[in-house]
Parts: sequence; C-alpha cells; structure tokens
Amino acid sequence: MTVQAPTPARPRRTRGIEAARARQALWLLLPTLIAIALVAGYPLYRTFYFSLFDANLTSPEQRSFIGLGNFWFTTEDGIAVGFLQDPKWWGAVKNTLLFTVVSVFLETVFGMIIALVVNSAFKGRGLLRTAMLVPWAIPTVVSAQMWAYLYNDSFGLIGRGLLGGQAVLANTDTAIWALIAVDVWKTTSFMALLILAGLQSLPGDMYEAADVDGASKWTQFWKLTLPLLRPALLVALVFRSLDALRVFDVMSVMLGNVNAASTSMTGYARQALIDNQLLGMGSAVSVAVFLIIMVIVVIYVTAFRVKFD
Amino acid sequence: MKKAIALISLSAAILASSQASAVTVTLACGDVGVELKMCKEGAARWAKKTGNTVKVFESPKLTNDRLGLYQQQLAAKSSDIDVYQLDVVWPGLLAQHFVDLRGKVPASEVNAHFKGIIDANTVNGKLVALPWFTDAGLLYYRTDLLKKYGFKAAPKTWTELALMAKKIQDGERKTNSAFSGFVWQGKNYEGLTCDAMEWLVSFGGGTIVDSTGKITINNAQAAKALDTAASWVKTISPAGVTTYDEEAARGIFQAGNAAFMRNWPYAWALGQGKDSKVAGKIGVAPLPSGGARNAATLGGWQLGVSQYSKNQAAAISLVRYLTSPEEQKIRAIQGTYNPTLPALYKDKDILAKNPFFGSLYSVFTSAVARPSAPTKLKYNQVSQAFSTAVSDVLNGKMKGQQAVAKLATDLARIKGRGW
Repeated sequence: MTVQAPTPARPRRTRGIEAARARQALWLLLPTLIAIALVAGYPLYRTFYFSLFDANLTSPEQRSFIGLGNFWFTTEDGIAVGFLQDPKWWGAVKNTLLFTVVSVFLETVFGMIIALVVNSAFKGRGLLRTAMLVPWAIPTVVSAQMWAYLYNDSFGLIGRGLLGGQAVLANTDTAIWALIAVDVWKTTSFMALLILAGLQSLPGDMYEAADVDGASKWTQFWKLTLPLLRPALLVALVFRSLDALRVFDVMSVMLGNVNAASTSMTGYARQALIDNQLLGMGSAVSVAVFLIIMVIVVIYVTAFRVKFD
Repeated sequence: MKKAIALISLSAAILASSQASAVTVTLACGDVGVELKMCKEGAARWAKKTGNTVKVFESPKLTNDRLGLYQQQLAAKSSDIDVYQLDVVWPGLLAQHFVDLRGKVPASEVNAHFKGIIDANTVNGKLVALPWFTDAGLLYYRTDLLKKYGFKAAPKTWTELALMAKKIQDGERKTNSAFSGFVWQGKNYEGLTCDAMEWLVSFGGGTIVDSTGKITINNAQAAKALDTAASWVKTISPAGVTTYDEEAARGIFQAGNAAFMRNWPYAWALGQGKDSKVAGKIGVAPLPSGGARNAATLGGWQLGVSQYSKNQAAAISLVRYLTSPEEQKIRAIQGTYNPTLPALYKDKDILAKNPFFGSLYSVFTSAVARPSAPTKLKYNQVSQAFSTAVSDVLNGKMKGQQAVAKLATDLARIKGRGW
C-alpha cells in the first residue's frame, strides 16, 4: 500500500497547475468580461427592461409598467396598439427576410465563382485579389449615396440612362430589388474572400489523385471541393445572413428614414425609438429583432452543425 | 520679484474676468438653401456687437433627421447646444427642454410678432421660443413660358394648373427632353405632409385631425385631393417627383427645367441669384384651389434656448437679437425669409426686393397649421402615417379612397387611449 502512495500525487499536481492556469486565465479575462458587461450587457439589459414600460425618449424618468403591452395590446375600443399588430412591422420583417435570402444567395453564388477563378494560378492574381475588395472597402454610407445618385431619375446613369427616367427608389416594392443589387455589388467580394480562404486550405495532392483517377473538373467540384468547403462556406453564410438581417445603413441613406422603416426591421426600430420618441415601443421592437436573429442563428447552427473553430 | 508676481496675478485676473463676460454660445442652424450662410452671418453680427463668440452647429438638411438628433441631445440633457432652431410643429414635443422666455423678454417685444405664431410657440402658458421667420407654401411659375404659350395669369385651380403645365411641357419637350410641367416635394417625409395638407384643405378635405382631436381624414374630398395629386405623377411631374425634397425641386426649377414649382418663400431670392437660369422670369402666386379655397401650409422656424445651456443670459440675448426687426429685415431682403413682424410687411426696402410680399400678405397670415397642436407628442407619428399614405397613393399602390380609410385605422392605432 505504501508503495503506491506517491502515484496519486502526480495527477494532483497536474490538476494543481491546470487549476492555477485556469485561475490565471480568469484573472486575465476579467477586464474583458467587465468591459463586455458594461458596453454590451448593460444596454441589452436596459433594452429588455424598457420594453416592458410605456416610456418616452425625452423623459425616460416618467415611465409606467405595461408588461407586454408594447408587443400586443388591444384597447377597450378594440384598437390594436402593439407593434406586432402593426401591418407595417410585418412588412418590414418580410422585406428584411426577402433582402437577406436573395442577397445572401446571390452573394454566395457569385462569391464562389469569383473565389474559384481567383484561386487558380494566372498572371496578376495578386492584383485582382486586392482590386476585388474595393467595393467592400468603401464605407456603406458613401457607396449607398453613390448608388442613390446612379438611380436618380433625372440625372442618374441607371435611373435615366438604363431605365429611361423611372424612379426605382420611390416605391418600397421596387426599391427593395435596387437595394439587393447594391448589397450584392458591395459584399460579394467579402464572401469571395471567405470562400477563397477555405479553398486555399484544401490539399492540392487530392486533386492530383483525382486527375489520375480520371475524374472530370465538374465531378471534382461537386464531389471534392464543395463537401470539403462546407465548414468554411457555412461560417461565411452565417456571417452574411446576420449582417443582412440587421441591415440599416443602405436603407436609411437611399430611401430616407420614413421609407426605411417599412423595408428593414432595424429601420422600424429606429423610427419608433428616435423619430417617435417611443422608448418603450422602440425597445420592444429591438428585443423582437434580437430574438428573430437569435432564432435564425440557432436554426443555422443546429441544422447545419456549424463549428466555429 | 514681488512686483512680478503681482503683475502676473493681475493680468491673470483681467484675463479671467474678460473670459467670464465673453462666452461662447452654440447655435444650431438649418441648412436649406442659403439658410446656413445667413445664420452664420447673423450670429457673427451679434458676436461683434456683444464681444461674445458664436459657434454654429450644422444640422441635417431634412427636418425629420434634425428632430431626431435634437431629441437625443435634449434627452441626454446635453449643454453642447445653447440655442436651437425649432420647426413650428415642435414646441409641443420639446417644450419641457426649453427656457420659458415669457418674463425674460419684454412683453412689447413678444407682442410685436404675429399673434398666431406666438400662440403656436406657447405650450401650457410657457413661451418655448421666439419666432424667427414664417413660411407658407407658394406657387412659383415661369412668366416667360406662360406668355410664350398664351396664358395671361397664374392658374387659379389645380385643373387649370394641370392643363397649363401639360401644354407648356409638350411644347418645351421638343427642344428639352428633361423638361417637366410641375415639380414639388413628393419624398416621404415632413415636406410631403406640408404639400398634401395644401391639397386636402384646398379640396375641403379637412386637416387630418381636427382641432378637437377627432380623426377626420376618411372623407371623399380628401380621397379626391390625393387622387388628383397622383394623376400629376408621370404626366406633368417627373416620375422621380416622389423622391424630391425642397432642394431637389428647386434645383430643377432653377435650371430652367420646370414650368411650375411648389416651394417655400426662400426659393425666391435664390431663383433671382447669379447662378439661376431663370432669374427675372419668376412669378409667385397663391397655390391653386381645389374647389374649396386656396391653401398654404404654415411653416416657419423659431429660436429657443435650451434649459441645459450654461450661458442662458447670452443665449437669450442672441435669440432676441436674431429675431429683432433689424435682423429680420436683413434676412427678408437677402434671403426672402418671411418676417414674423407684421410691421415689416410695409417696409419699402423689403417690398422693393420681394414685390410679392405685399400682395400675398393674406397667404402668409391665413396659412393652415398642421395638426401638431391637437396631436401633441404624437404629431410626428401622425405626420409619418399621413405622408406614408400619401406616398402610397402617389406611387400607385393604392387609390385615394382606400388610402384614407386605411390611414384612419392607422391614426386610431397611434391615438390609442388619446393624444
């Protein structure tokens, strides 16, 4: 018995080092955690808190608790005042989802094509890789203003030149397609960059083996590239979808804030909160936006088993 | 050594005392047309007179965006801006953040302004701001083109305007493909509310919400007014008119590409400027009638002193100076900003520069107010719902009848338990 006595001491010492390291890591992480709690946690908590109150932005001190009344409430006269009962909100949700699905789909397809082209060896590849990022590097507010001019019906290259004096941006139904075009123009290169990073991690000898086996390029793409690219592709998809769901700037600049409120969920939230000073209602809308995005992320991550590492 | 210390402390004291009396006041001005430039000049004149310094804060162009920004500043009780330029529909929204000027400004000075505008700036007995300039919608037309196509006078009704605009547009398009008959503010924002109010009232369609707070928009005349306006889009007005604000419309008119324009008085002085292609060819008339009357929406801007200002005395002095007769006269002559002092409408120098001020005096004094008083804190929501409904009709999404019915439901929701 006594002979075996020293043996358990070893794992205990390792555990001791690990525990010490974990403690050290915690101390090192603490400032970051505090910073996150202050800059992200507290505002989030306040948003949830105010969503349960009838409060005004100009005087938040005077507020009254109304529970979920900001979300759903019908007065004695049968008038629906909750934002979930507002058709305009559902219009904004519909437009945002349409914007997200169509633009992310197009960006993925175009991004994939661009990435495959840029991944192959040819002269001037480095230059092309840099050049393709230009649209993405321009601040959205600037590029949106630029596109608004292009779409202008009296002097715009597209509005007057291509469409012969139509005002695409005037009507939210047509404007949404114009906005999708702008987003695709802007973010396809970012998508291409993410996919390119995935492509470059694929081993080259695998393709050599496939060539020896006589697989066509087409088969190689479908049977090798795409399945192996899946993790990188899914991470890119999640990033872009989240970005698209909280779109705000393009709409605000190109359509003005009133029309932006019927094309994006965040625009609707801003209008309630800032233009209409409804602090409670605006917070409730923000909570709804938060929940919608969270649900979509959960669906993505569980359905496609995305691994973020 | 002692002498030197005494000298230093003395000069320091002098420096400190001069700093205490001369302060820096921040003034938030609008930026439509020459507004910002004139605002800076006026502020500089006051600064020179009093020895203080004025910093001008440049606000966003669109009035909706400006309100959003101001509300954030005020809600945060920020002392960054001392004097705010306020739209005539805002006093009800922002009253609590401003210094009560009654008692701080001599009563005679207050009473020299139009009574209606002082009333609009008084919330529960508190004078929120002093009127700076007033506004009303006007019809601008090209005198040379009217003559060329055989018209003797400006149109009296909307039907007449549509006919004249069509004839002139058809004629001018032969040589200028960018020419259109009538330009106005069709973008979905506060400006569209102003334009559409004029159509409503001129057709006898009421004022959206009446003075007792009752929602009156769902009526046949209102629907007819909106349908009439929708019929202009793509016929006498360009398709893009539904994206135009004041400056976009002015740009087209001033480039000589439109026969008629609806705009505020400020457009007159700019239209006579050196860079204007239509200088000397502009006529001004009351907006046409839809059968009931001629109607112009009351606009205008006021100056109020923030409650959170650290230099309230100097800020009040600046407001009093900028709203004084001498300053309003300069602004009327150089920028066609309508004085809020009735006495100035008889001033020879002003009339020489703006001949229409005299003949259109009744347009300015009988202008129709937007329903900001009965709808109080919810005015902005009412205005947005209204301009969105109008925008839907203009873009052909809905017919007037359908739009006013839906709007009545939307307004009921906004009203909730009461205004």
